[in-house]
Amino acid sequence: MTLDVRIGMRLGDFALDVAFAAGNGVTALFGPSGSGKTSVLNAIAGLLKPASGRIALDDRVFFDGRTWLAPRERRIGYVFQEARLLPHLNVRQNLLYGRFFSPEREHPVELDRVLELLDLARLLSRRPQNLSGGEKQRVAIGRALLASPRLMLMDEPLASLDASRKAEILYYIERLRDELGLPMVFVSHSVEEVVRLADTVVVLAEGKVADRGSVVGHLQGGAVIESTVAEQDLRWGLARLQFAGGSLYAADVNALVGERVRVRVRAQDVALATVRPASLSMLNVLPATVKSIADAAASSVDVQLDLGGAELVARITRKSLAELGLAPGKPVFALIKSVAIDRVSVGYA
Amino acid sequence: MTAVEIDILLLSLKVAFWAMLGVLPVALALAYLLARGGFPGKALLDAVVNLPLVLPPVVMGYLLLAAFGRNGAIGTFLDQHFGVTFAFRWTGAALAAGIMGLPLAVRAMRQAIEAVDQRLEAAAATLGASPAWIFATVTLPLAVPGILNGLLLAFGRSLGEFGATITFVSNIPGETQTLPLAIYGLTQVPGGDAQAWRLCLLSIALSLAALLASEWLSGALKRRAQT
Repeated sequence: MTLDVRIGMRLGDFALDVAFAAGNGVTALFGPSGSGKTSVLNAIAGLLKPASGRIALDDRVFFDGRTWLAPRERRIGYVFQEARLLPHLNVRQNLLYGRFFSPEREHPVELDRVLELLDLARLLSRRPQNLSGGEKQRVAIGRALLASPRLMLMDEPLASLDASRKAEILYYIERLRDELGLPMVFVSHSVEEVVRLADTVVVLAEGKVADRGSVVGHLQGGAVIESTVAEQDLRWGLARLQFAGGSLYAADVNALVGERVRVRVRAQDVALATVRPASLSMLNVLPATVKSIADAAASSVDVQLDLGGAELVARITRKSLAELGLAPGKPVFALIKSVAIDRVSVGYA
Repeated sequence: MTAVEIDILLLSLKVAFWAMLGVLPVALALAYLLARGGFPGKALLDAVVNLPLVLPPVVMGYLLLAAFGRNGAIGTFLDQHFGVTFAFRWTGAALAAGIMGLPLAVRAMRQAIEAVDQRLEAAAATLGASPAWIFATVTLPLAVPGILNGLLLAFGRSLGEFGATITFVSNIPGETQTLPLAIYGLTQVPGGDAQAWRLCLLSIALSLAALLASEWLSGALKRRAQT
């Protein structure tokens, strides 16, 4: 599957000028509020008509200079931030609403499967107003799935939920991604969500694409490392995560030995040393080479590190940079606190 | 009640019922157009729909007479092609009552449709529903309380219609003489007071019943929405 998006339009003072392509797997549209993420989703779904551009899913053109397909003709599942369940219908009726419109033979997902996948069976006769925020969102996901979409759009489905509900829904979305293999475009302004769910990321800023590429290595303010759980030390609650070029310890990782996980390490959680320090509380001391140095702020820089396969970013002050005499090619030790890598920064790859 | 009084009551209810039934599709279409449509001349349409509310009813009746009367263009056409006559018939009374009740019905229904969250309609569209289907399965059910309220208002207004009716279809006992017209007729003849009073009390009882029914209905709808 390839989703090809080129959109040009004005929304009041705001100009949206975006072009990207999304393939199979999960693509995250990432950026701050007001960067145009939701408008892009609405244009893909057909709820917003761009002034110019082209939107196509494989060889099916949704929009270009001549064509305009109505939302109902696009077969795109859309999970909104506020669930948008129909208040006069119960959960079962909501779930089956889109079922009616898609041809029988094109039903790849059955109701029973969705009920099992999203744990909805006991909610069937309830009304939306008697559901919790997380339950509403699960029904909304199920409803979109049962309309047999070719592509799923999710607009910050976790934004209105508290932390524990967030974790719950993230788990269900991961199952969706892994067990159904449905392509998804996912809008978020949370790095944690992007790291956990997405394969590729399109970074939006002020209505333009600021960056795009693989999630691994493309998120500002940190790095993402693909790894495998090599060891679970239950005595200390630590997991040893093996990656290309070494291993690191992380705290409270909910994964079994052998599982592949994706770890986000924030640049501000990484310290540098030119000699291997002794008597240190930090468990992770990783030999690395300085690859490049980029400006971060007036007082700080981001040092790109090569761990011998994986990459890491360390945010250090300009003062430290000068005193340590760091330059590209120089060998260093990257120091990371294990408690800085916790549950929210680890996702299942 | 005497047989004559029962006839008057039944005729009034028949006229109001058919007026309400005729108003339903027209008011719903106008309400939807005014609530959701963006077209040139919307303000003018809005004004025209509300005209019966501010126009003297006798003017409305006279216009109806000119258009739907025996010699009116529309009246002649309907008579010749469909065999439908309005002039001096109970159907004319229903037409007059319906037109006078229309603005009230449109107003209530328009507010109800405007109150329906359009984001829900957008969600239904992404699930594959066509505009007509969205209207039938999302907009309409969510606007039902307002639509029923509009119908009740039109019904009530029809029961009380006087000026347009008497101008258009006259005051013919058994054909166009609804409650208000009968009361008016009785006040014009010597010794009609006692009977006029009886009909007045009947009128009050009818209106009270309608209001109580409307209260009960809105309560029931609220309860339904909460379960």
